[in-house]
Amino acid sequence: MAGLTTSFGSGAMSNSMDDIADFARAILVIGSNTTEQHPVFGTMLRRAVRRRGVQLVVADPRRIDLVDFAVLHLQQKPGTDIALVNGLMNIVLEKGWEDRTFIAGRTEGFEDFRETVQRYPPDKVAEITGVPVEQLYRAAEILALQKPMAVIWAMGITQHIVGVHNVMNLANLQMLLGNMGLPGGGVNPLRGQNNVQGACDMGGLPNVYPAYQVVTNPESRRKFETAWGVPLPDKVGLTATEMIPGVLQDKIHALYILGEDPATSDPDSGHVRKCLDGVDFLVLQEIFPSETSQFADVLLPGVTFAEKEGTFTNTERRVQLVRKAIEPLGQAHPDWQIITDLANLMLAAGERQPVDGTHAGWQYQTPANILSEICALTPSYAGISYARLEKGERLQWPVPNSDHPGTPILHINKFARGVGKFAPLEDIPPAEIPDDDYPMLLSTGRVLYHWHGGSMTRRSAGLSAIYNQALVEVNPEDANRLGLKNQDRLRVTSRRGAIEAEAWITDRVPLGVVYANFHFPDSSANELTIAALDPIAKIPEYKVCAVRVELVQSPES
Amino acid sequence: MSVNLTVDQKKIQAQAGQTILQAARENYIDIPTLCFHKDLSPTGNCRICMVEVAGQRLLQAACVTPITEGMQVETRSPRVVQSRKLNLELMLANHPQDCLTCDVSGECELQDLAYDYKVNVPAWGAKGTRYLPDSDPNPFIRVDMNRCILCRRCVLACAEIQGRDVWGVAQRGFEEQIVAGAGTTLLEARCESCGQCVAYCPTGALSNKLNYGLARAHQVRKVMTTCAYCGVGCQFDLLVKGNRVIGVSSNPGAPVNGMALCVKGRYGYDYIHHPDRVLTPQVRRYLLEGRQKSRTGSEWDWVKVDWQVALQLTAGKLASTRSSFGADSIGVLTSAKCTNEENYLMNKFARQVIGTNNIDHCARL
Repeated sequence: MAGLTTSFGSGAMSNSMDDIADFARAILVIGSNTTEQHPVFGTMLRRAVRRRGVQLVVADPRRIDLVDFAVLHLQQKPGTDIALVNGLMNIVLEKGWEDRTFIAGRTEGFEDFRETVQRYPPDKVAEITGVPVEQLYRAAEILALQKPMAVIWAMGITQHIVGVHNVMNLANLQMLLGNMGLPGGGVNPLRGQNNVQGACDMGGLPNVYPAYQVVTNPESRRKFETAWGVPLPDKVGLTATEMIPGVLQDKIHALYILGEDPATSDPDSGHVRKCLDGVDFLVLQEIFPSETSQFADVLLPGVTFAEKEGTFTNTERRVQLVRKAIEPLGQAHPDWQIITDLANLMLAAGERQPVDGTHAGWQYQTPANILSEICALTPSYAGISYARLEKGERLQWPVPNSDHPGTPILHINKFARGVGKFAPLEDIPPAEIPDDDYPMLLSTGRVLYHWHGGSMTRRSAGLSAIYNQALVEVNPEDANRLGLKNQDRLRVTSRRGAIEAEAWITDRVPLGVVYANFHFPDSSANELTIAALDPIAKIPEYKVCAVRVELVQSPES
Repeated sequence: MSVNLTVDQKKIQAQAGQTILQAARENYIDIPTLCFHKDLSPTGNCRICMVEVAGQRLLQAACVTPITEGMQVETRSPRVVQSRKLNLELMLANHPQDCLTCDVSGECELQDLAYDYKVNVPAWGAKGTRYLPDSDPNPFIRVDMNRCILCRRCVLACAEIQGRDVWGVAQRGFEEQIVAGAGTTLLEARCESCGQCVAYCPTGALSNKLNYGLARAHQVRKVMTTCAYCGVGCQFDLLVKGNRVIGVSSNPGAPVNGMALCVKGRYGYDYIHHPDRVLTPQVRRYLLEGRQKSRTGSEWDWVKVDWQVALQLTAGKLASTRSSFGADSIGVLTSAKCTNEENYLMNKFARQVIGTNNIDHCARL
C-alpha cells in the first residue's frame, strides 16, 4: 500500500484477475502461494498456463505447488527480494530491453535508479540470492520480452522489514518494462482477507479517512469535521502493531476490538498476551471465544457473513453484495447495529457532542443507509449503490459518479500522482539472521485448509479432518542431520518462544529453512516470530527469523 | 463469417466454426445434452445430443459437429427421439433405482431427461449395485459410482477448471469406470477438495457429504452472497433450510469465479452453526457488580447479560477512560472480515465519537 502510493500515488491492485488470466503473456509470481492462499485465482493462473501457454515465472524460497506450472522457479534466499529484482533489472538494462518510450513519457527518477541497479550485476546477485546467473538471464528474458507481463505478489513480499521497498522495486520493474495501464500487466498485490481492501478504503487505518484522505491534511480534516460535526485530531494514530505494545508503555488504556484476534495473529504472541493482560478495559465483538477473549472484559456477540447485509471489496477493488441468508442466531446482533447502538449511547452521555454535521447522526435503519453516507464522503465510492450492485454491474473503484462504469485497470495513460517515480533501492538483510545459537531460518504462512488464526476453520469438521494439527516443513537434508523423520514431534525455538509440532519432511522448503503456520494456538508460529517492523508500513517481518530445531520424540518411541 | 443453415425447418444464421449445438441454442432451439457443459471441452460421448443431418448416414453429436453452409438439421425427428430414448434406456439399465432416496433427486439431469422422454427403467436392466456406495474417505465429496453415467464432466472439471487432474477413466466397455488417480482415494490422488467435480456432476454420482440427507433442491432457499475467506471475492449460493445454512453451491452467474470455488469457500461454512458461537452478551462479574478490576476467582467469571447492560457498561468504561487518560488512550481495531459499512462505522466511531485516529486492522498481518 505505502509502497505503491509512493511510486504511483495510489496503493491498490492495478489490474483485474480476469484480464491477467486472459491477456498476460508472462506472469511473475513472487511471494504469493496463490493456489493455497487465493485458490480460485490460483486455478485461473493454472488455466492461463494450460490454455494459453502463458510463461509463468515463480520466485519463492519454497517449492510451492504453482512451481509445477512454471517455466522457471527462482528459489531466492528469504529476504533477498530487492537484490533479486535489482539483478533482473540490471540484465534488462544490459540487454537494452527497457521500454524507453514509457520511461521518458510517464516516469521520473530514472537516472538515480539506473545508477543503483548497475551496482547489482548478475554474479553479485547470484551470490546474495542463491539464484544461479543463468536462471537470472533466462527469467529477465522471459519477463522483458513477453509483453504484457503481470507481477503478482502477496505477503511474501510485504512481511519483511523492507516490505515497502520490496513493493516499490516491483513498481520499478513494471515501469522499466512499460507494463502499467494495460490489460495483462500491472502491479498486483493480492489482498489476504475477504474485505481487507474495503477496511482500508473505509478509513480503518490510523493515517487516513475513507478513500485515503489524509488525516494530517487540513482540507480533508475540515471536510470530515463538517460532515461529523466535531473537531477531529490532527495527528496520525497508532497502528495495530504499535497499539498493543502501547498498553505496557502506558499509552493505551482501553481497546475496542471488532472480529480480530491479536493474541493469535500478531507476532511474538508471548509479548502480545502480556500486553492484553495489562490493558484496563477490553471490549471484544466476536463470533467465537477466541484466544483474545480470555483477556476481554466485555464480549459482544456479532454475526457471521450469512447473518447480515452489506458489501465487501475484493482484491481487485470490486465492490460486491453480501446478502443475509439467515436471521442472527441467539441474541447476536449484526455488527453494524452494535456499533451504532454503542455510538448512540456514548453520544447521549454527553462529553463530545456533534454540532450541525451533515452526517453527524447515527440513525441507520439498514446498511444501505450507511452506504449512502459512505458514497457522500468517499469520492472513489461515490457512484456505488445497492441498486447498481443488485443489477449485477461490475463496479471496481474508482466509481466517481452514478453513471461511471467503474475502473477495472488503474493508471491508464496517467498515474494518480502524475508521473511514476523510480526509486533506487538497496539490499538490506533481514532483522534477525541465523547464527550459532539459532542456526536455521523460520518462514511462516498459512495452508490451503485453514484460515489465519483458525477460529473459523478449526471449527469446520471437514477442514479439521484433512488438516488437524500444525505441521512444520523441514528439508530432507536438514531432517537427516537432525535425525528427524516424517511425523516425528519436533521443537522449534526462537529468542522469543518455543513450539512443538509434527515434522513434515519435504523438499518444498530449501536447505536451512523451516516453515510453520499459525492456525493452531498450541503450536502457533507466532510464538516464535519477531516483532521487527517495516519502518514505513509497520508490517512485522513474519517471513524471516532465526530458530533452532530439535527432535522431541518419534511416534514409535 | 456467417453460415446459413436450416434447423427443424427454420432458417438460421450462425458464426462459422460454431457447432450445431451452439448455433441451435443461440437461435432458441433446444437440443438436450448430458455430458456437455459450456465451461468444458465437448467430448460427444453421451450421445444424447444426437441430431439428424441431411446427407449423413449416421446421426451426429450436435455438441462436436461443426456447422456448414446449407446444412439441414433435424433435432426432433422420430429417428432422433428413438435414439435418445434408447441411449437413456441403456443408461438407466445400469443405474440404481433409488431416486426416492437419492440426494440430488430434483436436480438430476438424467432424471429430467427420463421424464422428458418418458423412459422407464428397462426390465432387462442390471440388478443390484456394482460398486460400494460412498466409496471414498474424502470428508467432503461423496462418491457413489453406481450412479455414474460416464459422462466425464468430473474428469474435465478437474483438469480444465481446477488444473489438478485427479479423476481419470479406467477399463473398457461395461467395466469402464471413473477413478481417482490410479484407482486410489481422492486425497491420495492429490485432490484439493475444491468440489468442482461435484458441481459439474449431472447425477448423484458425486455429491456433498456435509449436507447429504439434509435437504433436496426444492426444500432449500438459495441466497447468493460473497465468500468471507480470502480477497478473491468468489460468490456462491448459500443453501438455507429453516434458519440454517446447510450448504454452499456454485452459482454459474458468479462474476469473479463462475462455478469454481475452493475447499474453504465450498465446504468451510459449518462454523456458522458451531456450538461455540458466542450468542449472548457477557461481562466479567467484577464489572457487573461495580468493583475494581480483578482477574482472580469468580470476579473474572463471565456473566450473561442483556444488550442494554453490556452496552451501557461498555459506553461508561470507554467514556471514563477518555476522561481520565484522553481520547488517544483508546485503541480501536476494526475488521477485514466485516463489511464496508461496518468498517466505515468503526472509522466514524473512533474519530467522531471517541476522538482518536487510533484505528487499524490486520492489513499488515
